[in-house]
Amino acid sequence: MRTTRAIRTPGGLSVRLDVRATVVIALILLAALTASVVLIGTGDFPIPAGDVLKTLVGNGNAGQEFIVNELRLPRVLVGLLVGASLGLGGALFQAVSRNPLGSPDVLGLSQGATAGALTMIVLFSGSAAQITLGALVGGLVTGLAIYLLAWRQGVHGYRLVLVGIGVSAIVTAVNGYLLTRSTLTEAAQAVVWMTGSLSGRDWAQVWPLLWLCAVLVPLVLVNARGLRMMEMGDDVSHALGVRVERVRLLLLVAAVLLTAAATAAAGPVSFVALTAPQLARRLTRSPGPNLLPSLCMGATLLVTADWVSQKVFGADQLPVGVVTGVLGGVYLLWLLVTERRAGRI
Amino acid sequence: MNRLSADTVTLAYDQRVIAEQLSVEIPDHSFTVIVGPNACGKSTLLRALSRMLKPSQGKVLLDGQVIQSMPAKKVARTLGLLPQSSIAPDGITVADLVGRGRYPHQGILRQWSTEDERVVQESMRQTGVAELAERYVDELSGGQRQRVWIAMALAQQTPLLLLDEPTTYLDIQHQIDVLDLCAELHEEQGRTLVAVLHDLNHAARYATHLIALKSGRIIAEGAPNDIVTAELVEEVFGLRCQVIDDPETGTPLVVPAARKARARVVATEAS
Repeated sequence: MRTTRAIRTPGGLSVRLDVRATVVIALILLAALTASVVLIGTGDFPIPAGDVLKTLVGNGNAGQEFIVNELRLPRVLVGLLVGASLGLGGALFQAVSRNPLGSPDVLGLSQGATAGALTMIVLFSGSAAQITLGALVGGLVTGLAIYLLAWRQGVHGYRLVLVGIGVSAIVTAVNGYLLTRSTLTEAAQAVVWMTGSLSGRDWAQVWPLLWLCAVLVPLVLVNARGLRMMEMGDDVSHALGVRVERVRLLLLVAAVLLTAAATAAAGPVSFVALTAPQLARRLTRSPGPNLLPSLCMGATLLVTADWVSQKVFGADQLPVGVVTGVLGGVYLLWLLVTERRAGRI
Repeated sequence: MNRLSADTVTLAYDQRVIAEQLSVEIPDHSFTVIVGPNACGKSTLLRALSRMLKPSQGKVLLDGQVIQSMPAKKVARTLGLLPQSSIAPDGITVADLVGRGRYPHQGILRQWSTEDERVVQESMRQTGVAELAERYVDELSGGQRQRVWIAMALAQQTPLLLLDEPTTYLDIQHQIDVLDLCAELHEEQGRTLVAVLHDLNHAARYATHLIALKSGRIIAEGAPNDIVTAELVEEVFGLRCQVIDDPETGTPLVVPAARKARARVVATEAS
């Protein structure tokens, strides 16, 4: 049973609301907030959740204020923003390629960002800011390359995925080569970066991500209705008056920017972009790209994974990418098994 | 002046030219059927008429304007298309899928009006899928599914509707079913229908205007009773046959010559 409700004004305006999806979004957001508060309270100096909340609204003592607002809040915010960007970017890639595996991990964008970061670390001994910039440029260049290689009178899903896998293999080889050229300290730095980590993230990482999301998320959501039509194939959506190639290019650019920025901020945190949209879809049970649920799910997954890595292995012992990798891998296997049972692969 | 026409268009995919200097008029309020052998360009023509394929030369005109220059949603409110390839999204219900046909009438702040609701109900009723409204599209039979897609195209409320081989993959009963539905839409609502069909006898029975295409050229067009002859079928399809009156409808009925009769002719021609 669908649970769609329409809200109408006397002036002839109307908005359609999927009740189940709305409830799911609210619950996921609640989970994200809870995880964030718990995460802020976690560390060498534990703070009870009540005190965290009090400090966040400006009523804490000076010591807690410093720890919460200066040290831990920016890290959690980076986590939320990175997760949200990856979740939304993954949902966009999967919808545009009409393939549940069409995520930035598989398409080679994360590897491209890694190549950019490694170039900065190994060849230029770059600063943190330069590494971030390198990752951003690497991701964008890879995205552009994939689009151009896959373009043949328009970009089609299957070709996009295949070209992406090819590009991914090439870039991985380049990354391997760069690592062999590096010194021991550079290699250690590179490997930590490549796993994806949130440790030491501060306000300098928060603002650019926040601005990017503030611009891109509304832009993407405005085009979500066209994307929803594109699920039914290019011909049908074209017939319904969707400017297919324009919407696709716009959303791909947005997805590449989101993933590249997220990767630049936290390293290539694996599997969030792949799993968040799938989990969100299973919860909302709604057809369509499920953009907003995927965004919220990505944020929740990343903060939760960061909390797990800190709780189980102690502060900063384990980068968050290891946890998302393990969880994501298990999820992927489960997905393969259920899809196989359903006879789809 | 007809609402939809192609004016000396050249149609090509990459370098492969399908039709050159082709001009077609779709008579208003007709049920036009395009027939022709495989690869004669009939689907390509339909793609051009529905602005899926941009002619490399010439132009397709809708209401006197070049179709490519018109706003996409405006075209979608005038001209609907049922393509051959369409994907039903996972877990979508019949009512939801039909509702998506309302897209060209909607906007970001006008997502689901009472009019949308009414048209969707009406389209489902006309195509006989109203009782399936809450079912999932994946669970339906091929015939039911095709009706749902037609209902979606109807919900678009376009005076012109193009159908690309709407009967392919259906058994004979469902083929007739879909064609009856098309005839109803044409007769009762005065919509202009353009369909590509493979079965010549179906075409002759249902079309009010028939276009016979071969190698990207129109060989004959007109009412089936006026143009379908044994000579035409042989010229277009290269098949010897008799054309008799359909005992049910009086329209032309194409009966292919027996294999041995055809073999004899080939033998005499060769000697």
